[in-house]
Amino acid sequence: MAPNARSRPLLFALSASFFFLILSVGAAVSSGSADGFTINGRVRIPGAGVRTFGLMGKISDAKVILNGGKKITFLRPDGYFSFHNISAGTHLIEVASIGYFFSPVRVDVSARNPGKVQAALTENRRILNELVLEPLREEQYYEIREPFSLMSLVKSPMGLMVGFMLVVVFLMPKLVENMDPEEMRRAQEEMRNQGVPSLSNLLPGAARSN
Amino acid sequence: MAIRTFVLLVLFLSSMNLSFSLYEDQVGLMDWHQKYIGKVKHAVFHTQKAGRKRVVVSTEHNVIASLDLRHGDIYWRHVLGADDAIDGIDITLGKYVITLSSGGSILRAWNLPDGQLVWESVLKGSKPSKTMLIVPTSFRVDKENLILAFAEGCLHAVSSVDGEIIWRKDFAAESLDVQQVIQAPGEETIHVLGYLESFQFHAYQINSRKGDEIKHVTVDFPGGFSGDTLLVSGDVLVALDATRSILLTIFFQDGEINFRKTQISSLVDDSHGVVEILPSKLADMFALKTNKFLVLARVTDGGKVELVEKIKEAAALSDAISLSESQQAFALVRHENEKLHFVVKPVHDWNMDLLKEAIKIDNHRGRVHKVFINNYIRTDRSHGFRALIVMEDHSLSLIQQGEMVWCREDGLASVIDVTTSELPVEKDGVSVSKVEQNLFEWLKGHILKLKGTLMLASPEDVAAIQKMRLKSSEKSKMTRDHNGFRKLLIVLTGAGKVFALHTGDGRIVWSLLLQSLRKSEKCDYPTGLRIYPWQVPHHHALDENPSVLVVGRCGPSDDAPGLLSFIDAYTGQELNYLVPVHSVVQVIPLPFTDSTEQRLHLLVDANQRAHLYPRSPEALSIFRPEISNIYWYSVEADNGIIRGHVSKGSCSYNEEDEYCFDPKDLWSVVLPAESEKIVAMGTRKINEVVHTQAKVIADQDVMYKYISRNLLFLATTAPKGSGEIGSATPEESWLVVYLIDTITGRILHRMTHQGSQAPVRAVFSENWVVYHYFNLRAHRYEMSVVEIYDQSRADNKDVLKLVVGKHNLTSPVSSYSRPEVIAKSQSYFFTHSVKAITVTSTAKGITSKQLLIGTIGDQVLALDKRYLDPRRTINPTQAEKEEGIIPLTDSLPIIPQSYVTHALKVEGLRGIVTVPAKLESTTLVFTYGVDLFFTRLAPSRTYDSLTEDFSYALLLLTIAALIVAIFVTWIWSERKELQEKWR
Repeated sequence: MAPNARSRPLLFALSASFFFLILSVGAAVSSGSADGFTINGRVRIPGAGVRTFGLMGKISDAKVILNGGKKITFLRPDGYFSFHNISAGTHLIEVASIGYFFSPVRVDVSARNPGKVQAALTENRRILNELVLEPLREEQYYEIREPFSLMSLVKSPMGLMVGFMLVVVFLMPKLVENMDPEEMRRAQEEMRNQGVPSLSNLLPGAARSN
Repeated sequence: MAIRTFVLLVLFLSSMNLSFSLYEDQVGLMDWHQKYIGKVKHAVFHTQKAGRKRVVVSTEHNVIASLDLRHGDIYWRHVLGADDAIDGIDITLGKYVITLSSGGSILRAWNLPDGQLVWESVLKGSKPSKTMLIVPTSFRVDKENLILAFAEGCLHAVSSVDGEIIWRKDFAAESLDVQQVIQAPGEETIHVLGYLESFQFHAYQINSRKGDEIKHVTVDFPGGFSGDTLLVSGDVLVALDATRSILLTIFFQDGEINFRKTQISSLVDDSHGVVEILPSKLADMFALKTNKFLVLARVTDGGKVELVEKIKEAAALSDAISLSESQQAFALVRHENEKLHFVVKPVHDWNMDLLKEAIKIDNHRGRVHKVFINNYIRTDRSHGFRALIVMEDHSLSLIQQGEMVWCREDGLASVIDVTTSELPVEKDGVSVSKVEQNLFEWLKGHILKLKGTLMLASPEDVAAIQKMRLKSSEKSKMTRDHNGFRKLLIVLTGAGKVFALHTGDGRIVWSLLLQSLRKSEKCDYPTGLRIYPWQVPHHHALDENPSVLVVGRCGPSDDAPGLLSFIDAYTGQELNYLVPVHSVVQVIPLPFTDSTEQRLHLLVDANQRAHLYPRSPEALSIFRPEISNIYWYSVEADNGIIRGHVSKGSCSYNEEDEYCFDPKDLWSVVLPAESEKIVAMGTRKINEVVHTQAKVIADQDVMYKYISRNLLFLATTAPKGSGEIGSATPEESWLVVYLIDTITGRILHRMTHQGSQAPVRAVFSENWVVYHYFNLRAHRYEMSVVEIYDQSRADNKDVLKLVVGKHNLTSPVSSYSRPEVIAKSQSYFFTHSVKAITVTSTAKGITSKQLLIGTIGDQVLALDKRYLDPRRTINPTQAEKEEGIIPLTDSLPIIPQSYVTHALKVEGLRGIVTVPAKLESTTLVFTYGVDLFFTRLAPSRTYDSLTEDFSYALLLLTIAALIVAIFVTWIWSERKELQEKWR
């Protein structure tokens, strides 16, 4: 993703036009004819042939969309697609395939030199030498359920309750033990004098003690 | 301080969850997805081979699909583009499905088993014409196997193996109106028949291998031709003359053309009205449709036309299929008295029935529109027939052996409008959930869940858990629930059928084919427009059932007479209907209800006269005092004029109609036609709830949202920029957006986006509007947000003034007070094209909002409104960060987990509807297109209830553990104290 490209569009525009000058000759993927031009391209999904599609969409379900839905075409088994009867000008091609994120592609079809096409990804302004579209990334629609770990159980409210309990039960006596016995006695006396209820006081049936 | 920490905590919690997210095993818990195809146009059976029997269909929604003949499930399906209507389908070589689409210009072959596109050919012609697809029935796989496609005045021969065009012959140059292209099986010559200027009949013979013309014969027919022709047998054609009173039989054997005229009146005595030849291919027979009868006639060997039968009832005919070399049969199906009469007759003997069945069928399916038959050999070597039947409600059903094997409700592919209705209140002793009654079962379920959480569950347990979750009877009960998740979705479809769907599992509760939306003498082409809640009983009218209002019109134009229908939302019965009434261009639900909780509606006709409904004196007495406060506006999109109206008094044209009110024009906004064309509009939802007008911003300051129900968002572009992308240059296109007060016509805000163009999609909520458009300079889509704030209330922050009483908090909000407003705006790039955009709505409007964006890939993306906040900056201050302002980025993020539709597609997406649940955190989302999808969203998580997967068992365990621990410590402490005392 272009970092804050808005703030420096001029730079990008300049570099883009510079690349166009250099590369415009190489990207010939369109052929002219009497009534309009043809855009031929290819969608390549890396590893699509190998992987078994569970969640991911099949290549036969992928759609190639021109100018926001004006024309829709599908992919042939080898991933090629074509749009016919296209007027000269700047067009937008989008690929819709479940499981993959494709950047829309800006395609310039030139009327003056038929057969010349310039293509650039609009997301990251990358210039394409050939109209070969590859997904920018795979899309994972679901949160991955983390495998069960003690940490997740401990972190849950119930886990925290139990944890706190354990701390009180096991660590507090340890702390108390480490204290200076005299100090402790003093503290206990103080407590008794103040009448602060101890844990045992709160418990049912414990009132008789002390 | 405590409040501040609390706020911070809330912000912290909510900022963790900027996206909606779902675990894979939660799919289907609160969402459902239904796949449809639409009304079937063509069907081709594929049953020859053993194995999977299927039928390939194409529909009016430009869908091509392969269906399982056994269950009606979809094997595969493709939704073509909106302009890519399918003209013909067929199967070739036993493995490819051939489709001809886009007015005959695109020929595609799809792999039959999996729907993969195999090849695609573009057929070029010079002028639009009839389209025909002829696929020879031959099983030899070679290049010789040619498909003939006639389109745009040209005949193309295409290789069925790779789609290569072998030859083409242009008939458009001779301005021949080609009617038939015939290739007899096994023959080399192709006959092309047509007329020139509708009185000269031409017959060509063409070599099928090379496309050479062998012979060309013409015959003049002074009477002229009209309409379509029908091929009766290999060399006989029937047509009608220009007056449609004479039937022509045309013989074209061996390069000679002979005519024979038959008066239609000699066939049918009293034939009046327009006579049509039905396109059913019946082999030696043909069917005529007059205004009263369906006439079946036969062409005898001598060329005579003789009447076979006159059928009075509306019936549908299938094409003839051949059973053997000499025997052909066709089917005749009609719907009568809840029975579907299905008759198969051999072509040559009308008096014999090969099959006669009557199948019980639900009455709400209307007439039979199309029949496709297929035969199979039974075990006793006799012929069995199955029929695919398309009904008036667009449903598709398969009939075999006297019963309906399956039925698909494909009318749901054409949803026009949606409303919701509450379910009945649960009464004592009626349908109490059985799950909760049995404590043991309940606990067992939760123990299972706990096992699942602790990863101790075996695969069977996991399956049991999943089944338990999906089949929870709780969500599909027919009563109102505490959280308001269970509702009825009442949808109006293009076929004129109304369905009630249960939000829990998407099942159809009732369906009704509206009598008022069927073709009748009073109403020629009825179409449904909108559906509104008419009566929502609560409080004192709780015993009444709620009802809905369906508004439609009898014809395509705005001034066609309207029709109204009132439907009980619980029973699905039509309570009343009014056909035809005045035209309807706008429906304004008023904020008043009468004593039976019927909402008052104002229907505005094409002359801007307002008509009050319900037509009762009570409604009139409620409405009269408010008459001067009822404003509305009208938009003439073509002329670029927006007008504001108020109702003046009773109609002048009809004094007796006291429910009709004349309009008075208040204001008008005229846009310059040469530079601005209206492309999009947006208003707030009528029932939207706004929690607070004040917005506390970071530095303890308050901003007041300008909240008015009467704001209109309007987007216009340069005329050149209203076309498709790529048709205009950045210099010659611009986008202008307006915010207009519809009471006074005041333009509150106007902004121009240079170098931008349509399509514009907008959503308006509270005090903001978000719109999506195309930026030609960057050649990317953009989304902009405009927020509008009330400056006149900003002074109220002064405490001293508040104390002295010099504040305007108590002054009424009025459009006439002309408050000072400021608008803030910001734009961002957005990756995808957008089909629909809406916003979540909750019961009280407290929960933060999410935008729901229907993308071009037919998915729905939930995008937090905080990404579209004009106060975003590149480096927000600490205080702003605490407030929840996200650092500014140039484009809006697309987080895959925030797709509401997760890994599903709502093919052909057209609209998204959000309905608040009773639970404040939750909103119900219904998305429709060719498919339907429903889910439940919590934009800021379910902060007011426990989640589905909350483990009660774990809670119980914890409590038990704590109690045990308490006793253990108590015993310890006792013991210790005892020891202390002994010491």
